[in-house]
Formats: sequence, C-alpha cells, structure tokens
Amino acid sequence: MTLTLVQPEAIAQNTRARVRTDHAVIAGMVRNGAKVLDVGCGDGALLHLLARERGVKGRGMELSQAGVNACVAKGLSVVQGDADRDLSDYPNDSFDYVILSKTIQAVRHPRSVLKELARIGERVVVSFPNFGHWRVRTQLLASGRMPNTASLPNRWCETENLHLCTVRDFADLARELHLDLERAVPISGGQAGAPFAATLWRANWFAEEAVFLLARR
Amino acid sequence: MIQAAAKLSAAGGLRTLQFDASTPLQLSSGAVISPLTVAFETYGQLNAEKSNAVLVCHALTGDQFVASPNPVTGRPAWWPRMVGPGRPIDTNRFHVICANILGGCMGTTGPASLAPDGQPYGLRFPVITVADIVRAQAMLIEALEIPSLFLVIGGSIGGMQAMQWASAYPKRVFACASIASAARHSAQNIAFYEVGRQAIMADPDWRNGEYLAAGVRPAKGLAVARMAAHITYLSEQSLRRKFDRQLQGREKFSFGFDADFQVESYLRHQGSSFVDRFDANSYLYITRAVDYFDLASDFGGQLANAFQGGATKYCVFAFSSDWHYPPEDNRQIVRALIAAGAEASYVEVETDKGHDAFLLEEPAFEAALTGFIDSAASARGLALTGAP
Repeated sequence: MTLTLVQPEAIAQNTRARVRTDHAVIAGMVRNGAKVLDVGCGDGALLHLLARERGVKGRGMELSQAGVNACVAKGLSVVQGDADRDLSDYPNDSFDYVILSKTIQAVRHPRSVLKELARIGERVVVSFPNFGHWRVRTQLLASGRMPNTASLPNRWCETENLHLCTVRDFADLARELHLDLERAVPISGGQAGAPFAATLWRANWFAEEAVFLLARR
Repeated sequence: MIQAAAKLSAAGGLRTLQFDASTPLQLSSGAVISPLTVAFETYGQLNAEKSNAVLVCHALTGDQFVASPNPVTGRPAWWPRMVGPGRPIDTNRFHVICANILGGCMGTTGPASLAPDGQPYGLRFPVITVADIVRAQAMLIEALEIPSLFLVIGGSIGGMQAMQWASAYPKRVFACASIASAARHSAQNIAFYEVGRQAIMADPDWRNGEYLAAGVRPAKGLAVARMAAHITYLSEQSLRRKFDRQLQGREKFSFGFDADFQVESYLRHQGSSFVDRFDANSYLYITRAVDYFDLASDFGGQLANAFQGGATKYCVFAFSSDWHYPPEDNRQIVRALIAAGAEASYVEVETDKGHDAFLLEEPAFEAALTGFIDSAASARGLALTGAP
C-alpha cells in the first residue's frame, strides 16, 4: 500500500472552512474509499473532510449529545457513545481505519481503548498533544506549575485531559500492544512537519502535536 | 396499479384496500385472517421510478391520518410537524403512505370488524403480533406495486414496526428510522398494559368482548386503561411543570373524590375523549401484540442477527426523559446495529417531555431527522427539492 501525504495547504485551498492541521494530516494517511470509524468525532468536521477528500465510508462515535446531533443533522452516520465503554459493540476488523483525534488524552483507560481500536480496525490513527514539547518542559521547569500552551490551553483544574503523554510514551504504548508505527507526523505552529518515525527523540522535543499511523503486527 | 386480488374503495372518508379470499393474511400464530381490509392514506406523488415512497407506522392508538384531519373523529393530523409540504418528511418530495394497523379500529380489519359470518369478530379475532401488523402493511405496499420503500419510519410501536420491516424485508427498506422505541417490550411496560387490559375486562359493559352486539361499550374500563398508559407517555418533570399540585377550579380541597387536582382533571379528560374514538377490544389486541414483541426471539436471542446482511440505513432516536421506552432500550437497538455492521446513527434528545416528545416541538430532533432523511434521499438519488 502506498501512502500519499496531502499537504494541509493543498486541502485548505479547496476549502472555504479552515481545516484543522491534524485533520489534514489524517486525511493524508487514509486510503481513498476506505471504511473509517472516527471515535470522538465532535461535530463531524473530520468525517466530512474525509468523505469529501477521500471518498471514505465514514462512521462516527461521539460522547456529547450536541456533537452527535450536529453530525446527524449534516447527514453523517454517528452514534452517541463513550470510547471507554462502547467500543466493544464493534466487531473485529470491521473498519480499515479507526481514528482517535485528540481524544486519547481525555479517555479513562487509554491502553484498553487503543487495544480496542486495533481490534476493530486494520489500522489506527491517533493524534494527541505532546507533553514532551520543549515549551511544555521549560514551562514546568521554570514555573513549577502545570504548563499551558496552544495545544494545552486549559488550566489543570479545568481541562478534560486525564492522561497526557509524550511522543515517546505513546510510541512505547504502541509497541507494548504490538502495533507497528507506519508513519508519524509532527505538528508545530499549525504546520505539519516531515515524518519522524525514525527520530522520535527529536519529535518529542519539537512537535506540539503528533499524528501516529499504527498497524497491527 | 392495484393487483386483481385487491379492491380499492373509499367510503365515509376512509380509503381501503380489500383483499379477497385468494390472498389471506397468514399470522404468526398459524391462524389466518381472510378477507383482509387495510385502510390507508397517502400524501404527495409517487415518482416515475417509484423510489420516493415513505411508510409512516403509527403508534398504539394512532391512525392513518398522519398529515390530514381524521374525517371520522374530526381530530387533527397527528404528526403535522414531521409530515407535510416543507416538513422533514416533505410531501412535495416524497409519496407518504400511512396505514391503520391490523387489529386497529379505523378501517383496517380488527376485532370490531365483521367476521365472514356477518357478526363482529370480538374475541374471535385471532391474537396478532407486530410481525403480522407489518405483514399486512407489506401486502398493501405490494398491492400498490411499490417494489421498495425509501423510508419506513415510526415512533413508539411505530418504531417496532419500522425495525420489523427492515429485518423481515431488508431489500425493500432503503432507510429506517425508529423513534422512542424498543426491540423488546419491557416487563414494566407489559405490567402497565396488563393494568389497562384488566381495567377493560373488569368493566361490566365489556361483556366478554361482545359489547358491540349488546349495543354498549366498556367506556369506563377503556378510559382507565388510557389514563394509566398516558402517565407512562409523560415524565415526572413535565407533570410537575404542567400541573404540579395545582387545584382544578377551586381554592381548597373538596374533601371528596372529585378531580381536585389539575392532573386528575387532565387524565380524566384524556380517558373520556379516548373512548369516543377507540375500540376496547382493539386496545386488548394491539397491546398484546406489543407485549409479544421481541425482535431477537426469531434470531436465537441475538438481536444483531435481526439486522445482519442488509444495506438499510438506520437512525435511532431516543428522548432522555422517556421512561416508556427509555434511552437504554434504544441504545440496545443501536448496539445490535453496530454489531451487525449496519450503517446506523443514534440521537438522544435532551428533553423533559417524556415519551410523547416525538409528537411535540423538539428542534434538535427535527434537525437531526431532517439531516438523516436528506442524506438518505441523496444516496437514493432523490432530488433535494421535489416537484409537487
């Protein structure tokens, strides 16, 4: 299988609405016409993008009622559900890709959620804010307080994030679950960088967010 | 357009299709109903491809007049918010069919109909199931020569019918919307229905079901049945909001058993207005059919198997304060659809209006249903705005 990386600018050009950079990167990782489940799909922006740019057969799961209603009102196939609880309903291998965009840090049990995603999909795409970014590290070092950055905008007592991790932490978890790292893309300042699978240490310092494409071994 | 075995007629404002003895209705129990009459109403034009037909399945005490006044009872259309020109089920765009259900009392064969011997069926009417109700609708749709329905939709036991349709005739149902429903009737609901049936049968005017021949009606029993059931269609919050403990037309308690409270007066009105339009035996038979409903039972207890292999698009709606068919019952349907790999959406609407919310103003529900119907219509190749 060949993967083509769609540059965020290329997608942004034919879109009136602003596309989230991690969404554009994810769109670049997904095969045309694939069957995709977006877990934590929010208002359906990514599913909509994938349907338009990649012609995918998309389904979604979303915790918030407002998000689900917005998705269904747009004509997307989305169910209300909780990643921690409801993934077990999906049969094995029922999707080509299962996507978890900026959600893994907010679930109760990231390890079992990731395991479930890999059971349901042949490939898993996960994006998350990198707690190892130099700005996060230096803020914590210098101020002695929980860092706030563009990717971590909320105070520790107001954030929905439960399990923040670094690029290295996530790579370790993927390895533990026997998932191959097929591609990893750093995002900084709203721009996608060069894939970094071989150079995790560098991404761990310089990626504000990261998008991982994983495959079952 | 009608097959030779069936005859269309319209009398007293009721359009009916009468099947002759060559096409009997085979029931789940093994019994047969023949001849069968199905009363129905339609709205909007069927297109040349016959691809825009929508079947609306009505609830327990509903009728076929989904979008126009009932000429017999004079009651207004029961779902004008959803069905009509420019509404989510747009009659400028879709050909909408609604049939009175089997066992009902608005023209379709039921216990108040005349049996072949010229006397009302009464308790001689066979016990029916939701599958039988759907089978009678399928005979109607076949006779109308509509090969496949764009959408089958219903609320409450209408949702059960919609799911039964999609399960029994997957190739004939392009999209299916189940609203405030369940794949199986719960013990609590069977219990409430049993209270209603006992109230009817305890009324001396019920006369072992032969009240029509005696020229009386078990109005008191039927009214109590309706009152008990009606409570389950509301919610604690909505009762509190509408009535709380307000007294009805008085300042103090009567220290008697008049309707002191507004909620009593409201329920009494619900009961008494119901008996004028509904047949008590129909109430017995239809509630029994719903008690028996358990879609998984024909599939080894595995609900997912009921939906296996079809290409139907589903949307399931639930209302947060519905305790008749609570969100959990609806989520069970969704879990089965997901396990079956079906294309499914699930929308839970936050509301304090209880089960009846599907008939009331709920903008989030309307928007989501419109989105579902529009996307299914575009997948079906139906134009966004139809020519009338």
